[in-house]
This record gives sequence, C-alpha cells and structure tokens, in this order.
Amino acid sequence: MSALTIRNLHKRYGAVEVLTGINLEAQTGEFVALVGPSGCGKSTLLAMIAGLETITSGEIWIGDRLVNSVQPKDRDIAMVFQSYALYPTMTVRENITFGMESRGVPRADQAEAVKRVAALLQIEQLLKRKPGQLSGGQRQRVAMGRALVRDPKLFLFDEPLSNLDAKLRVDMRTEIKKLHHRVGKTTVYVTHDQVEAMTLASRIAVMNQGSVQQFDTPKSIYERPANMFVAGFMGSPAMNFIPARLAGPANISVRTANGSDATLALPTPVAAGAPDNLILGVRPEHIYRFTTDLKSRKPAVASLEAPVELVEPTGAETLAVLRLGDLEITGRFEPDTAPTMGEMVTLGIDMSRACLFDPTTKALL
Amino acid sequence: MASIALNDRYDPEAAAARRRYFWSRFLVYAVLTFFAVIYLVPLLVVIFNSLREQPEIAQNGLISLPRSFRLDAWADAWGSYCISGTCEGMRRNFFNSLWMTVPATIISTVLGAINGYILSKWRFKGSEVLFNLMLLGVFMPGQISLMPWAFLLGKLGLTNSTYGLVLIHVIQGISFTTLFCRNFYVSIPDDLIKAARIDGAGFWRIFRKIILPLSPPILIVTVIWQFTGIWNEYLFGVVFTSGQEQPITAALVALTAGGTTARAYDVMSAAVLIGALPPLLIYLFGGKYFVRGLTQGAIK
Repeated sequence: MSALTIRNLHKRYGAVEVLTGINLEAQTGEFVALVGPSGCGKSTLLAMIAGLETITSGEIWIGDRLVNSVQPKDRDIAMVFQSYALYPTMTVRENITFGMESRGVPRADQAEAVKRVAALLQIEQLLKRKPGQLSGGQRQRVAMGRALVRDPKLFLFDEPLSNLDAKLRVDMRTEIKKLHHRVGKTTVYVTHDQVEAMTLASRIAVMNQGSVQQFDTPKSIYERPANMFVAGFMGSPAMNFIPARLAGPANISVRTANGSDATLALPTPVAAGAPDNLILGVRPEHIYRFTTDLKSRKPAVASLEAPVELVEPTGAETLAVLRLGDLEITGRFEPDTAPTMGEMVTLGIDMSRACLFDPTTKALL
Repeated sequence: MASIALNDRYDPEAAAARRRYFWSRFLVYAVLTFFAVIYLVPLLVVIFNSLREQPEIAQNGLISLPRSFRLDAWADAWGSYCISGTCEGMRRNFFNSLWMTVPATIISTVLGAINGYILSKWRFKGSEVLFNLMLLGVFMPGQISLMPWAFLLGKLGLTNSTYGLVLIHVIQGISFTTLFCRNFYVSIPDDLIKAARIDGAGFWRIFRKIILPLSPPILIVTVIWQFTGIWNEYLFGVVFTSGQEQPITAALVALTAGGTTARAYDVMSAAVLIGALPPLLIYLFGGKYFVRGLTQGAIK
C-alpha cells in the first residue's frame, strides 16, 4: 500500500511556478529521498506534504486520505527541521512532550513515550537540559526524538544533517539508516547531498527546476540516469560528458588531444533514429589504464590515448585530469596503477557502463 | 626565570604604547565625566533645594550648597500644599498618574505583543501594508490627534477622567509597542512555529508556550518605554483633565503657575522630584534590560 501519493502537484507564487506537476508515491516503510540543487523546489514540496504550504493544484494523499485541506497537526506526520527548531525555553523533555501535551495525551503515557524514545536515541541523560546546552549532534537527536515520539504515519526530514560538521554528518547518517531499519516508518527525506540520498534511500527522486527528473532506486539512478542533469548531479566527481559522433551502427568516434578521432566500439548497436551527434557519458571509475588483462576481464573496454594534465591523490584513490580534444575529463584510478603527470596514458573505457545522451533533449538514449 | 628577565628589560615601544593607551583612555573618561556633570548638576540643584529651607534659598540663591536640612518640603508637596484652592498636595495627582500609567502600559504592551506576533508569524495578504500604516503612528505628533480625541472623548463621556487618558495612551502607544514586538519576533525562527503547528499547537498555545517565554527582553523594553512615556506625558493630561483629575505632570505646572504667594522653591523642588521618581525607579531596576533589549536582535 502506498503511504504517500502525490498527483500532478503544482505550486505557484504569483507568476513564479515553483513546482510544475509532481508525481510521486512512497510505499509503506519506504525511505524516499528528494534530492536536487538549491531552489529546485524540494523543500517546498516537503512543506506542502507537511501542510505548511498551500497547494496551488494537484493532490496529496497520506495513506488513503486526501490531505489537501487538512491542517498540519491532523496529517499524522512528524517533521525534523534543518534548524532542528527545538523550543529554546523548554527542556529536552518538554520539547519531546510538547506535541503530546498539545493533544492532551495523559501524563503517564507521555512519561512512557519519553522513556522509550530517550532510550532509543540514547538521550536519557539530556532530558533536563535546555537546547542551548546541547551540542549539534545532541540537538539533532532531540529533534529526531520529538518526531519519533509521535509514532506518525509519515516522517519528514528537511536537510537534517546539513548543520553538522563533516564527521558527525557521516555518523548521524548511519544512525538515521539504522533507526529507519528499526522503526520501519515511511520517510521522506530532503537533501542536497547526493551521497546522503544514495546511502539512505530505497528510492530517490532527483528534482530540478520544480520537476522530478527521475524517480527510481539509487542503483538505477546511478547506472542509468534518465538525463544529463541526473547523470551530472549524482556522483562525485561528476560523470564526464564527451561529445561524440556516430561512426557506424555500433561505433562512435571522439576527438582526442592531438586532433585525430578515436573510434570506440559499443557493446550494443545504437537505437535506430539516434542523432549523429551524441554525448558520451562516462563515470570516472569506469576509466582504467588499458592492459590486455583488462580487456580479457572486461571485453567491452575500448581504448584511446590521452595526456595526463594533473594528478590528485586522495589516498584511497587517485583522480587524474585527462585531456580529450578541447575538454578535460576525470578518471579515477587505483593508486598503484595511477598515471603520472605528463604521461601519455592509454585509457580503457568500459563501454558497457557508459551512457549515451541526446545533446538536444539531454535525455538518455 | 628566563621569562622574568625578559619582562624586566625596558622596551621603549611597549612603554610608548602603554603611554598612548593611558592618555587616550584618560581623554575618553575626562570627556564623559564632563558631560555627566553637566547633565547631573540640575538634578543635584533640585535635590538640594528640596532639602533646604525656603528662607535660606531666598537668601543664598537657587544654586548653592545646602546650609540647612529638613524634609518638610517633601511632606508639604506630598500631602498639604495648596494648588489652586485645594490643599492636598500632589498626592492625588500622583495616584491619578499611577492609575493612568499602569493600566495603559499593561494594555498597550499586551496588544503590541499580540499584534507583533500576528504581523511577524501569521502574515496574511496585506499584513505588511497594515504594519506600515501602523508605523505612521510612530511619526505622528500628539497635537495632530488632539481634536479627534476631544471629539471622541466627548462622545464617550470620558472627558476629565483617568479612563479617557488610559484610552488615549493605549491607542497612541500601540504603534510603538507593535513596532518593538514585531521587530523582535521577526528574529524568532519561523521553523519553531512550523514545528509547533505540526505538534498540534494552535495560535494561542504557540503564543503562550513559545513566543511569550522568549519575550522578556522586548517586553521589558516596551514596558519601560511606555511607562516613562505615559507618565511624563503632559499635553493630553493638561488638555483633557483639570483640577483634581489632572495627572502629576499637569499638576506640576499648575503648582508653579499658582502665583498667589511668594514662590516656594523648596516645595516645588520636592514636588518635581516626586513626579520624576517612578520613571527613575523603573529605569534604575530595568535599565540594564532596556539597553540589552534594544541591542539584542537575534535569539541564539
């Protein structure tokens, strides 16, 4: 059953169209991430699900209930804000019980619920403190506690980790994932961080300019991005986009650094009706140093030569900036086999993992 | 040991810097002291005169150190001095002022807080326009509204009564209190309101449980501002009340304008001080919050 269904949702502020026809649904227990650059409308969408923003047109269903005109408090949701939005004058306990207090839950049940959540999040020793006396990570926990205590149908997270430092962010990310496994609540999670979306979500909706570009599993989004926006947004370093020409049914040619063309064989023929000029999308980790051994392991590898302009070792891997025609592409290498600066390296590109895009529609072919 | 030796060495640069620092500090304090004295001397003269005997004032002039000391002038001013026929001192007028200032301050502050809450956290179509219109009241001099008020108080039957003055001060004060509170509440993150709405709290519950507990800094500012402003207000008091109904500011002028006998500078001084005491006390107790509240923008 779907816990959340959004049909043809529009949001307009005067003449500005912020959301242009959103369609989404989340199955019960699913973790859906809304990801996109700032200004793509993901936070507005979340606020509309929460009932904090009005709907211009379209429908939002939570469970089997149309909630378009239902007040936030009656939607059976809980939300964690980017700023945590902890009530500064209340203690942690009061913060957690405020919602139950508002709804007239009996004291004994409140105490029971606080105990359960505090134990779950390991914040028992913080209950008497005020938010001002907590660290960033602790505030984050309390904010989640306030949401968890409600036992709602739907959890909404609005960039909950973006105020934390890098290390804590990774820790809390893991915790959110564990928590979701344990609690199993349907969750909608807004983030601009594609790594967060990839690691947490069971399905990702990639948004840009007020519309959903692709709504699929992290694996499909990463491996078969629907268009060049999704391909460029998901993954770091970003996918390389190389202009290419069709050279036969299953061959394309790209311009190399010395001005000549290199022909790359495709594992499968290009679909009929594809334009002559294409964009070849290659992720940095699918670029290797070419060896016969590689060819035997990955038969779809195509080779070409490129000079190495820059090498950036990060420890676990080494990134190399390579010249190809007029553009620079990034390759990701094992530190042991990484090329050195100035070297003319023979690259092996795994064409079975490469994507082809239509340069005019930007869509995957 | 080595560090002590280092400290002992004479460093001409550091010494010069210390000298410069000393003289710049000295200059600052000298200027501040000078202006403080200029500002405080009149107050001192009035305090002295309230404690001197009238013949001594007549003999040695108004500005002089006291050679006699008695509190009779204070007692006279408070309870028995004759102002235009009645010999009850300032007591009645003092309480007029109090019964006018306290309710007017409380009501205008409460209304300002609610207005500010609505105009910052529950915006609606046209709320900004409304706020800007209310702001006009801040810049409107009291004289402009004299005639309308005279008309209105006449219609309501509230002329020559403290209630009339309370009404005037509440209405005249709302612009200020709304401005103060609205600008303070704007700095409270909207996410708090959103979280509370999801938590099931309504308009008043959010106001009582979230906004008000954050409000003491601005409420103290507003109360001090309103209290001193209303207490010291003269124009409306003198125009719309007379005799026994006058607030103390208007009565003080009546006191000096008596003109029947020789001027009793000792009693006048005491009366002026009685009239100035409440705002002074309010500022004394709330002053540090006042400065803090005016400068405090955000809530962390």
